[in-house]
Formats: sequence, structure tokens, C-alpha cells
Amino acid sequence: MAEEMRIVLRNYGKIDPLEINDYIALDGYKALEKAKAMEQALLIADVKKANLRGRGGAGFNCGQKWSFAYQAQADQKYVICNADEGEPGTYKDRLIMENDPHTLIEGMAICAYAIGATKGYIYLRGEYPFLVSTLNAAIEQASKKGFLDKFSIEVRSGAGAYVCGEETALIESIEGKRGEPRFKPPYPPAEGLWGKPTIVNNVETFANIPVIVDKGGEWYASIGAPSYPGTKVFTLTGDINNRTFFEVPTNTTIYELIYKFGGGIPAGKKFKAVQIGGTSGAFIPTELLKTPVAFDAMSEIGATTGSGAVLVLDETRDIVDVVTRIAGFFEHESCGKCAPCREGTARTHELMHKLNEGFGSSEDLELLDRLGRVMSISCLCGLGQAAPAPVLSTIKHFNADYYAKLV
Amino acid sequence: MINLNIDGINVSVPKGSTILQAAKEVGINVPTLCYHPDQSVKANCRVCVCEVEGYGLLQAACSTPAAEGMLVKTRTPKVIEARKTILELILANHPQDCLNCARNLNCELQTLAEEYFIRDIPFELRTRGYEKDISTFSIVRDPDKCILCNRCIEVCSVTQSVYALGTENRGHNAIVVPTMGKSLLDSPCVMCGQCIHACPVGAITEYEQLDEFFAALNDPNQVVVTQIAPAVRVAIAEEIGMRSGELPMDVFVAGLRQVGFDYVLHTNFTADLTIMEEGHELLDRLNNNGTLPMVTSCSPGWINFCETFYPDLLDNLSTCKSPQQMFGSLAKTYWAEKMDIDPASIYSVSIMPCTAKKYEASRPEMQDSGYQDVDLVLTTREIGRLFRMSGINFKKLAGANFDSWMGAYTGAGVIFGATGGVMEAALRTVYEVVTETELEDVNFTAVRGMEGIKEAEVDLNGTVVKVAVAHGLSNARQMMEEVKAGESPYHFIEVMACPGGCIGGGGQPITKTNADREVRIEAIYVEDENCEIRKSHDNPEVKTIYEEFLIKPLGDKSHDLLHTHYKAKNKKYL
Repeated sequence: MAEEMRIVLRNYGKIDPLEINDYIALDGYKALEKAKAMEQALLIADVKKANLRGRGGAGFNCGQKWSFAYQAQADQKYVICNADEGEPGTYKDRLIMENDPHTLIEGMAICAYAIGATKGYIYLRGEYPFLVSTLNAAIEQASKKGFLDKFSIEVRSGAGAYVCGEETALIESIEGKRGEPRFKPPYPPAEGLWGKPTIVNNVETFANIPVIVDKGGEWYASIGAPSYPGTKVFTLTGDINNRTFFEVPTNTTIYELIYKFGGGIPAGKKFKAVQIGGTSGAFIPTELLKTPVAFDAMSEIGATTGSGAVLVLDETRDIVDVVTRIAGFFEHESCGKCAPCREGTARTHELMHKLNEGFGSSEDLELLDRLGRVMSISCLCGLGQAAPAPVLSTIKHFNADYYAKLV
Repeated sequence: MINLNIDGINVSVPKGSTILQAAKEVGINVPTLCYHPDQSVKANCRVCVCEVEGYGLLQAACSTPAAEGMLVKTRTPKVIEARKTILELILANHPQDCLNCARNLNCELQTLAEEYFIRDIPFELRTRGYEKDISTFSIVRDPDKCILCNRCIEVCSVTQSVYALGTENRGHNAIVVPTMGKSLLDSPCVMCGQCIHACPVGAITEYEQLDEFFAALNDPNQVVVTQIAPAVRVAIAEEIGMRSGELPMDVFVAGLRQVGFDYVLHTNFTADLTIMEEGHELLDRLNNNGTLPMVTSCSPGWINFCETFYPDLLDNLSTCKSPQQMFGSLAKTYWAEKMDIDPASIYSVSIMPCTAKKYEASRPEMQDSGYQDVDLVLTTREIGRLFRMSGINFKKLAGANFDSWMGAYTGAGVIFGATGGVMEAALRTVYEVVTETELEDVNFTAVRGMEGIKEAEVDLNGTVVKVAVAHGLSNARQMMEEVKAGESPYHFIEVMACPGGCIGGGGQPITKTNADREVRIEAIYVEDENCEIRKSHDNPEVKTIYEEFLIKPLGDKSHDLLHTHYKAKNKKYL
């Protein structure tokens, strides 16, 4: 069975986050030094070799993303850290920023050097105001030590919109506009913040970078699942004994997460379902628990690794009721820009509510299924595309629960 | 070139083309709703989604670039299901009152609903329950009908630089509203009505006043007099199933008599008069160190814009009233006298390509005749409705003449309808007045056409006068920023609020694209060419009015009746 392995949380509990010397004493900023001694293209090639894939949810190859921005010709490039950790049940980014802010700053600085950016932003979740001072203090310390000589970082607080975790909505928000996603392409590495080449990476992604640079891409690529190597931080919530976080290699299975790390279901109850990756994640039944948590393995079963939130439901939970509440969340968080999401999230909630209250028919269920399918392939951004996942996955795996509530 | 395959047909398109453009090349019409050919790509309605091989998600044809070797399918069952579902979603949250909507039979959503044979909408029908905004009495917004395509926002902010509209709230509560959520009247809205053309549905219309017209018509004590603005004739044809410019002026006049107007006169007459007054005003400013550049004042949307955004530059505006308002004050004075009609009984209706004219006519200062100078303004679209209702077959209708004293006009008046027209008309007159020689070629082509800002120079007996023409308010803003900075090289600037000039006005038949505007502009210049007299100062009735009534341009009577002043708007929310 897999063991916990700490890469992004390597300094957790070992340092005073407000004391840069603690970080430096544990070899902090050595990777930045090493990176700056490398040619940019070779540095990016090493990150590519690590096969590090975005930890924000979309799973895009990080080095490849960087190479697009590196190759783009522009007078100004930007590095943005997506710290808008808005998925309910997720707090992995908070753990990193709260306990080891310098690992994030170092990761961003390496990226800035690699692509040729001079300006960076940390777009911080609006509900994390207490982290602003931590991050600013860390940035100031790093500047004073000369680690940010050609790169400045500004912390920008979000205003609580879930959609601003979507990278282009986040960019719009930094630009002072309504947090609404842009259509893609063009992707941010080509045209991002203020139309300039921009790298947007998640906190956890950046936190991997110093270690990769330090130990080499090859080393990193050998950890966990080959197609999605490295570790992943999971935050366990719901009906589970150990409601805490674990950083595990990506070949760990869902079963191991729940029963080994999570310690199983409390009070001797039976497992019913687990939702992984946040509120937009699919609900996974018992039969699929042997699936590794890596991106592609999860995709194969119609699920996502996503943000790493793990919400466990025991047998007493009313899954239709849970999904109804989730549908309400998406109705509330849709930005309203594209028609299928704006109207679809509201209608999904309306239909779920009807079914949950026992007034729904099998036609309603079919309509809900069709609506979900259409939204998942037609919506402008990931929010609308992923919003139906809880509905569609529960209709598929927990059909009986729905039928039990039909008129 | 990029080679791709759409529905089995190979197509080569220039790099940077979208799937939508490539499909059009091979005759495949991909449905759109938020897409507008003259605007930026929005990709928010998602109705144009297509299947592209290698992609799990459907791709929006309007925003997805054509790529080498791409295999696109525009009408698979998956695509049709998605489009129908999206249309059902939009329709379920849209009032189901197509039959009594101003955009019935001219609505992009309705057309799509028909094409995709939407019969039963499976979702519970709802409307948002917002009230209509009639605060301007020019433009009416019905937020319940809005489908959030954002086209009105773009035309208002990018084309017009007015920024009166924006989006508020989130998700299905999202709504397009006047800035800061106030009424349109409180917003910087200048009532140009370009948002009406941009709107694919009936969420924005003019303030409809046909009922007021009928009330006047039915009042035996009222003499209903009308004036037709220069840009109306070329477009009214589109309202009655003809091509732009196809309805001859005399048949148009006959039609107006048929629907009950007692007297039919022409704004072109006061357009010619405007040239006399404005031309002399320009010469007066040039000769007497007046404020320069002088800027035209015919376009009420432009006047609203200047009063809102450039209150410090109001002295640059010509003091001439617009042709509509010159007509209004003269109809109840000069014309009433000529015709021996009690001005109190005159009900003056103007037929305008414009929504801002409705507001202009209601300005409190526009009562120089002793009465409300213009009682009612109807748009070209409203006259279209009136004509359709009348059952007239215009192909069989014999022509009729304008009534006397304010019905004669020249080609110079005609071209007021197109961007550059006022400038060209003014140059035709000013040149001859100053040089006392006849113009060899009356066509000043440099100031014609759809280019946003045009300029020209004219030599008037050794004095070189520099002129510029701007249409669309973002171009006007550019001109005014130069004036503000003291860097404007011009003596005389023509500004029209609407792209293309009045032929593209907010009251014209729903105008989908700039290409449609160009067709109307062409028709305007054909009409000018066909006019026997093409210079305002040669208009016989203009000569008469100066001989008998006004005495001279910029004289006392002109001052009383034909000139006005402007006031800063002091918008609270700017």
C-alpha cells in the first residue's frame, strides 16, 4: 500500500512561514539559483520532462504551457498564481500558503525566469483575507534577500466568485472587469493578462517547481502514475474518520485514500459514494474505488482528480438531496455569460428540486440527463461544462435513488 | 491559406478565419445569435456549436479558428440536440408574446426557433419580471426580453463610446442595465438608438407613438402636417417589401396623403435652410474670430453626447437648430401665415430615421413658434407599420407632389441623410458665396463613405478651410478630444451620432450590418444626382423665405426661430 509522500508540503510544520531564513535553512531558494544558471529552454525542457500536470483541475502539462509563453514574442509577460481556491471542501492551497509561502514564491520566480516575465500576481481567494499579510510579508522578505530582483509579485484578493478560479475569468478580474471567462483560443500563454503572454498555474503546481528543479524532471516523472506523475494533496471531508489532508503519490487508489489514509467510514456505517475534485466532481460508487486518483484513470471512469477534495458519503445520506444542494450552488455561481450555463444551471436546480421533493417524473429525469449532456459539451467554460457532472454521475451510478423519488 | 473540411466539403480560408467564416465560404449557414458581423466575437450564446474531430467538447463556430486539416461537422445529431436544448433554455426564459412584439417577424431568436422547429418547450416557462424602462420617451428597454448577447453593450461602448449599458448580477439573475442600475434617462444614454439595431430580439425598441398620431388624425380641429427627413425615403422601402431606395419620393408622398396627413412637406427644405444659416455662421466665425472649429448640430444624439461628455465645448457647436426643429418653428409661423392656417390648430409630425429626435422635439426650449414646435416624432419603422396597416399597394399608387412653401428641396438637402452630407452641402454653398464663382464639380467625394473620420481642404479665395467628418460617437469623441487639447487642425467638423449618418439612425428599419448602411448611402447619392438643383442657395422656396420672411441669414428672425443654445447635462452618475 502507498505511503504518504510530501513534496509540496515538504516544509509543513518544519518552518515558521513568516521567517524566510527557516525556508532558506531547508535549502529554500536554491532551486531558483539553480534555475537562473540554466538556459531558459533547458529549464522548461526539464519541467516538461517531469511531466508535471496542472494541479488546478485541467491537468495540462505545465512545461508545455510554459514553453508556449516562452516562445511568444512580447514586450511584457506575466505569471499568475491561481490561489482562488473556491472548490468547496478544498484547502490544499491554503495549507501551502499558510505554512510555506516561500515555496510558492520560489515556484513563481522560477516560472518568471523561464518565460521572461517581470510581473506576477497571486490571485487570492476572497475568503482568505488572513493570508494577505502572510503572502505580502513573504514577498517582502524574498525581495529584501534579492530573490525577486527582476520579478515583482502583487497579491490581489478575489471577491468571492467561484468562476474566478477559471483562469480567463481570473484574468478579467485582475484587469478590473466582471469575472467572466473568455473564449479559448487564444489561450493565456499566447494572449492573457492585458493581452500579453501569461502563465496561470495553481498554487500546488508552483509548489512542485522548486523540488523538480532541485531533483530533476526525471526523478519527478518516476513518482506515482506515469501519465500524471508526482504527488497530489487530498483533503478529506464528510463521513470519514480522518477528516484531514494527505499528500500521496498519484498511483494511490481512491480505496486507499478512504480506507487507509481516511481510516474508513465512522460508526460502522457502509460507504455509499465519494465525490472527488470538488463540487463539480463526479460521484463514484463502491465498484470503482480501485481506480487510481491520477488524472487519466479518473477521466476513464468519468471523474476528475480536480482540486483533490474528497467528500465521502455513508449509506445514510440522501444522494438526490446532496446533488440538489450542489445544483443550487452552481445556479448561484454561474457568471451568466453563456446561455447554456446561465439558463442550464438554474434549470438543473429547478429539476433537481422537483425530483428531490418527490414531484418529478421520469420525463424530468430524462430532461435533466439531456440538459446535463448538452451543458457538459456546449458551455463556454469549465464551470458550465463540469457543473452537470454530479447530476450525470449520480443518475448513472445511483439511478435507484432517483427512481425512488419519482411521482 | 488554411485547408479544412466542413460537412465533407473541402475549403481553403485565410489564416485567422473562424469555422463560421469557413462554413459560409462553402454555403453552410451555421446558426448564430450573439454573433454580429461588425462586432467582436462573443461566443456566449453557444448556438453555433459544431463537432470538430478530436475534440470531446463542441466548438463554437464563431470563435474557433479554422486549423489545417480540421474536420468539422455542423449538423450531427449531437450538434442539433445541443442547439435545440440551448434554444429551449433561452425561450423558456423569454416572454412568449411574439405576436405582439415590436420585433415579430424580424427577430433572430424567433427565426431560430422556427428553423429548429421548437414546438414544446420542456422547461417551465418563466420571465424575469422586470419593468420596461420608458424614462427617455425615445428608447424603450424591456429587460425581460433580453437574451444577454451583449451586442447592445458593445455598440454603446465601443462604437458610440457612451458606456450607458453594462451587466449586473450573476447567473440567471444577470441583466443588462443602464450604468449603475439607474434608468436610461439618468445614465449617459444619448438616445441614438444604435442598441436597437444591435439587439437580436425585441428587448430595445423606440418609444412607439402611433396611437398619438391616430388621435390627432381623428381630431377634426387639427391640421396634421408632416415633414420627412432626408434619410427616410431610401430606407422606408425596406419596411414595405422593397429594396432600399426603391420607393420613389412622389409615391412616398402619395402614401402619406393616403394614410391621412393633410399636408406633406419636407425636412430637406430646412436642410437647405440649415446650410444657409450654418454656412453663414461658419463664415462669420472665420471672419470675426469666433470659436473654431465649428461643429454641426443636426444630430440630436450627438448634441446629447456633447452636452453629456463635453460640456465645456458647447460653444463649438453651431447654434443652428436641427432641420427638424427649424421646420417645427417655421411650420407654425411662416408656413401657417402663408397658408392662412391658425398655428394653434397645426399638429406637426416629423418622420425621422432617429430615436433621439423624439427627445429633441420634447426639449423645453423648442417652443419658439409660441407652441410646441414639433408635436410628434415618428420613426421610419413606425411609418412602415402605418403603411403596412394601411393596405396600400405602393406599386400601384400614383405619385403626388409636396405641398408648397416648405416642400421644395435640392440635392444638397438630400445628402444630409448620409455621413459627410451636411459638410458637402455646406461646401457647395459656402464656396459659391465666398468666391462668387460657380462650382465646376459639386461632388466633394472626399467626405463621403463609411470611413470613420474623413477630412478635406477647400480653398476659398486664398483661405484654406480644413474640414472633417466623423460618424459614430467614438469617432466624434476622438475629434472632440483634439478640440479639447487645442490640437484640432479643423475649422469645421460634421458629426453624426450614428454610423453612416442618419441613414443608419436608430429609427431606421432594423439594420443588421454596416453593409446595409452602405446600400442606403448609395441610394442617397443617386437621389442627389437626380436632383435638378443641387445647391441649397439655389432652392427657390429658400430664396422666397429669405425674401419674404427671414430677410437674411443670421438675421433677427433667424435668431428667434432657427438658432438655439445648449446646456450641460450634468449627469449624476458619470
